[in-house]
Amino acid sequence: MLKVTGLTVKYGSFSAIEDVDIEIGKGEIVVLLGSNGAGKSTTFRAISGLSKPSKGKINFEGSLIGGKSPDRIVQSGIVQCAEGRKLFPQMTVYENLIMGAYVHRRKKTQIKQAVEDVYELFPILQEKKHDTAGSLSGGQQQMLAIGRSLMSHPKLILLDEPSIGLAPLIVEQMFDVIQKINKDGTTILLAEQNANAALKIADRGYVFESGSIVVQGTSEELYANDAVRKAYIGA
Amino acid sequence: MQAFLNQKTITAAFILLAVAFPILTQNNYFIYIVTLSFIWMIGVYGLNLLAGYTGYLSLAHAGFFAVGAYSLGILTVKAGINYWAALVLACLITSFIGLLIGLIALRTKEHFFAIYTLCVGYILYLVIYNWESITGGVRGLIGIPAPSNIGPISFQNPLSQYYLVLFFLLFTILMMYRIVHSLSGRTFIAIRNSEELAQTIGISTMKNKLVVLVLSTFFAGLAGALYASFIRFIGPDIGYITITFDLLMYLLVGGIGTLAGPIVGTLLLVWVSQYLQFLQDYRMLIFGPLLTLIIIFYPRGIVGAIYSWKMKLGKKAKRTSDRGKSSGHDKGTGSMAEKKVEEG
Repeated sequence: MLKVTGLTVKYGSFSAIEDVDIEIGKGEIVVLLGSNGAGKSTTFRAISGLSKPSKGKINFEGSLIGGKSPDRIVQSGIVQCAEGRKLFPQMTVYENLIMGAYVHRRKKTQIKQAVEDVYELFPILQEKKHDTAGSLSGGQQQMLAIGRSLMSHPKLILLDEPSIGLAPLIVEQMFDVIQKINKDGTTILLAEQNANAALKIADRGYVFESGSIVVQGTSEELYANDAVRKAYIGA
Repeated sequence: MQAFLNQKTITAAFILLAVAFPILTQNNYFIYIVTLSFIWMIGVYGLNLLAGYTGYLSLAHAGFFAVGAYSLGILTVKAGINYWAALVLACLITSFIGLLIGLIALRTKEHFFAIYTLCVGYILYLVIYNWESITGGVRGLIGIPAPSNIGPISFQNPLSQYYLVLFFLLFTILMMYRIVHSLSGRTFIAIRNSEELAQTIGISTMKNKLVVLVLSTFFAGLAGALYASFIRFIGPDIGYITITFDLLMYLLVGGIGTLAGPIVGTLLLVWVSQYLQFLQDYRMLIFGPLLTLIIIFYPRGIVGAIYSWKMKLGKKAKRTSDRGKSSGHDKGTGSMAEKKVEEG
């Protein structure tokens, strides 16, 4: 579905990621592991079009999307759910969701259905639909951020650290929901520091270290890999 | 629901007051000042859409105002075109120049955009100042006709001009209301909020910013054109930087990014500066510190301060009703607070 080959992104003369190869099949959950600044977010930015790759190809369902503008990439079916639960704080929950369907703004009935689907996934959002997004708790904001990305009916969703800053119980719920979204037919690329939780739901994973992929494999392989265990799971 | 009615009655009361104002005062000088304020308001609304709702502070708006004024002046005086055709053309010309400038200017952000447009504004001023064969240079253009008659209605006297400008002001406010409360308006606010976030949900930010700039300069041009036909004389100084800062000051004091802000700020400051005219340029000694204080303590101006004060009251009311009893009552205040958020 998505095939990234030889991707390099530079900020000035500094290479944030170098020669990265990633492949994601339809219906998979793939996780990118790595510490802060290892290059996970930069990879996401390149795929979603926020950063222009200086080398390499990004192939999505047979067409090259590397270097296209972000709105085109959203239209083609990839949506990024940004790290840090970025919302429109003064808009209501409902308005935030509607904004997520921006690329489908003319299809009124489809948007209505999509809102219902998100409410079904996160009932709390329906309860709070008239509250401003800024008044929600951390976990609710993360739900809204994910719900908003689902509004555009993506084929592939990029989730950047959905567990960051959330209580353990909420993290567990969040990963359950991610799994459910995946079962409903959306392919998921996840960036996480919480390797333990992420590998439980992922099919495969890549480990980043200072801008390159150092280890890759299925979740079981990564879980069994000593270096990975030491660095990211802590056992 | 109650808040909605309230808002409606307030709006209706203001429109009635504006319509009845000339009959109430009978003072031509007052009518003149208020007409002029209305013209400035149209320009301030244009600036508000760009700087307030989209977050791009343009310092070229006096330049666009002057482009509108000069377009009307040149088209009527030199080309002899019908007034109403010239008025429409003046707005379109201003928007077109806005579009061309936007294609370059909107590649910059924040301070850089402000500085870039400051230069653009100054260049527009210089062009007007030096292009003597067309603009009349420093001598300006004289003998700009008043709006021509529509059927039996003539616009020769101040009273009818007052109503004409009021009509355009109401048109502007209605347009702004429709824009701000539509998906486009929310798109602009999304861009103000975070351009990157707006991009990740699929908004083409460049296209939307261009639309805003074109709309914004359209209203600046409309204000300029109305100014030209109201004052009947224009000189290059209407495009000077000080006018930009006047517009910006009206907006900041009234409330940037609010719908009522331009009205409140412009009326207040125009009146105050009329009353303080005897102080001449020393007026700025009062305005300067006042503006600084407002920006520090009320970043969204007078209107913004009123909204947040009302919100606080709404929350307090909600809390007491929560402690009280029924959930039905609670819903009422909830929707009230929500309405206010929308207004703000």
